[in-house]
Amino acid sequence: MERNLMIAGFGGQGVMTMGKLLAEATSQATDLNVTFFPSYGAAMRGGTANCYVVISDDQIGAPVSYSLEDLVVMNGPSLHKFLPNLKSGGNLFVNSTIVTDPVDRDDINIIKAPVTQMSIDIGNPRALNVIMLGVYVGATNAVPPEVIEKGIAHKFAKKPKLIDPNVEAFRMGLEIGKAQAK
Amino acid sequence: MAERVFMKGTEAIAEAAVRAGCRFFAGYPITPQNEIPEYMARRLPEVGGTFVQGESEVASVNMLYGAASTGIRAMSSSSSCGISLYSEGVSYCASARIPMVYVNVQRGGPGIGAIQPAQQDYMQATKASGNGGFRMIVLAPDSVQECVDMVYEAYDLAERDQNPVLVLTDGVMGTMMEPVVLPPMKSDKELEECRAKFLPRAIIGHPLGQQATCRPGSVGDGQEQANIEAAAMYETWDKDIRVEEFMMDDAEIVFAAYGISARISRAVIRQLRKEGIKAGMIRPITISPFPYDSFRNLDFNRVKGIIDVEMSIPAQMRWDVDFAVQGRCPIHEVLRSGGQLLTNDQVLKGAREFIKEVL
Repeated sequence: MERNLMIAGFGGQGVMTMGKLLAEATSQATDLNVTFFPSYGAAMRGGTANCYVVISDDQIGAPVSYSLEDLVVMNGPSLHKFLPNLKSGGNLFVNSTIVTDPVDRDDINIIKAPVTQMSIDIGNPRALNVIMLGVYVGATNAVPPEVIEKGIAHKFAKKPKLIDPNVEAFRMGLEIGKAQAK
Repeated sequence: MAERVFMKGTEAIAEAAVRAGCRFFAGYPITPQNEIPEYMARRLPEVGGTFVQGESEVASVNMLYGAASTGIRAMSSSSSCGISLYSEGVSYCASARIPMVYVNVQRGGPGIGAIQPAQQDYMQATKASGNGGFRMIVLAPDSVQECVDMVYEAYDLAERDQNPVLVLTDGVMGTMMEPVVLPPMKSDKELEECRAKFLPRAIIGHPLGQQATCRPGSVGDGQEQANIEAAAMYETWDKDIRVEEFMMDDAEIVFAAYGISARISRAVIRQLRKEGIKAGMIRPITISPFPYDSFRNLDFNRVKGIIDVEMSIPAQMRWDVDFAVQGRCPIHEVLRSGGQLLTNDQVLKGAREFIKEVL
C-alpha cells in the first residue's frame, strides 16, 4: 500500500518542515519505505513552497505524483493549483483560517482545520504545521501518532523546552483529524 | 543491521565519500548539487580534510587532478552544464591515469537548461566525457542507498584501474530524502594501505614510464603506447558489468531504464503484473561498461517489445539498447526532459499504449 501526500503553502508556513518531520519520523520509527521530495529553485519568503512525501510498505517508484491520495493546502493559491492532482476519493486538508474559497469537488473528503488561528490562540504561531500534521495523522492513520511524537522529541532534542508545546499542538490537531475521519 | 538514517541524496553522497576516505573536495556551486560542497565544507575539516570552493569548474576539476595525483582520495561534483566544463580536466586525468572520482547530479539541458532533474547527460557520461576517446566506469544509482554504496566503492574501482570513475545521478535523487544505511568509516590505516599500493605517486623526479604510477600525459610515440595500455584495461571490464534483471524470467514486455527512470519503471511493472501483464526490466547499473548481453540474449520469440524509459528527449540510452537488439523487436519510448519529471502514472500510461499495440 502506497500513500502519496503533497503539502503546499506559502514559504514560512513550515510546509517543508511538516513533510520532513513526517518522513523522518516514519523512517526512524517504522520499517516502512519513505521518500521526501521538496520543490526547489528560486524561492522567497511569501512565495510558494511544496513538498511530496510517499510512504509505502513496498519499494517506492517516483517520489513525486500527480495523482495524490492526500493533499494539504495551507494557502489559497495551492488549493487552485493542486486540487486537480487529488485522486477521486482522496483527502483534502484545508487550512481554513486562510483558505476560504469553496472547494468545487464532491468526490473527495474535505478536512478543515483553522490551523493558523489555532497556533496564534495557543501563543505558538510557528506551530501551525505541527497542528496540521496532527490533523493529517488523525484523519488518515498514515502512521501511528506515537511515531510523530517520537519524531518531535528527536527534532527538538537540542531545544527540549520546545518538545512539550509541539507535542501538545500535534495532539490538538490529532483530535480534529480524528473527529473528521471518514 | 546498522541504523538507518534519513538523508538527502546529495548529503548522503558527501558522507559516503568521507567514509570512503575522501579528504579533498573542490567544486563550484550549481543547483541541484549544492549540498555536496556545502556538506563537505563543514565535514571535511572534522576529519583533517580540505575543502576548496574553486573559482570555477575548470579550476575545481584541475584541483581534483592535482589532489588525486598524490594518491589521496579526492572528489568533486557538479551538474550537467558544470560537468561540461570538466571535460578538459577529466580527459587529462584519463590520459594521466589518475584515480579521480566525480559525481554528476544531472539537470535539464542542453545548454544551461533547467535546474530541475533530468537524465540528459547519458551520451556525454558514457561515450565522451572529454576529448580523446578514453573510457570510464560510470555507475548509475537508482536510490539514495545506491548513491551511497556506489560512491563508497568508486574509489576502489578508480584506484584498481588508475582511471577516473563517474557516478551519474540526477536532481531527483540528489534532492530527495530517503532512509539509508551508511557504510563504516575507513580507518587511517586502511587508507594508508590503499595509498601505499600506488606509491610513489608524484610525477616530478621520475623519468617517463619509471616508477611513477601516474603518467604525465605521454607525448609522441609514448601516447600511442599509453592508449594501447588503456584500451587493454577497458577490455577487462566485462567482469565489472552490473545489471539488474527484474522479473525477467517470463517477461514479454521489457522495460529498459537506468537511475530514477528504473525505480519508476519497477513500480509500474509491479502494477502491470497485478493486471496479468508479463512485464520485466533490464536495468543497467553500470551504464559504462553497458550490459549489452542482457539485451542481446533476450528470447525474441517471447519478448514482444521493449519500452525505453528516460528523462531525456531525444532518448539516449536507446542507442545502446538498439545496438544490442538490432531490430529484433519493436522499441517504444516513454520520455520527459528539460526538467519535467516522470511519474509512475505517466510511465504506466505510455506503457499501456504500447502494450495494446504489441500484445
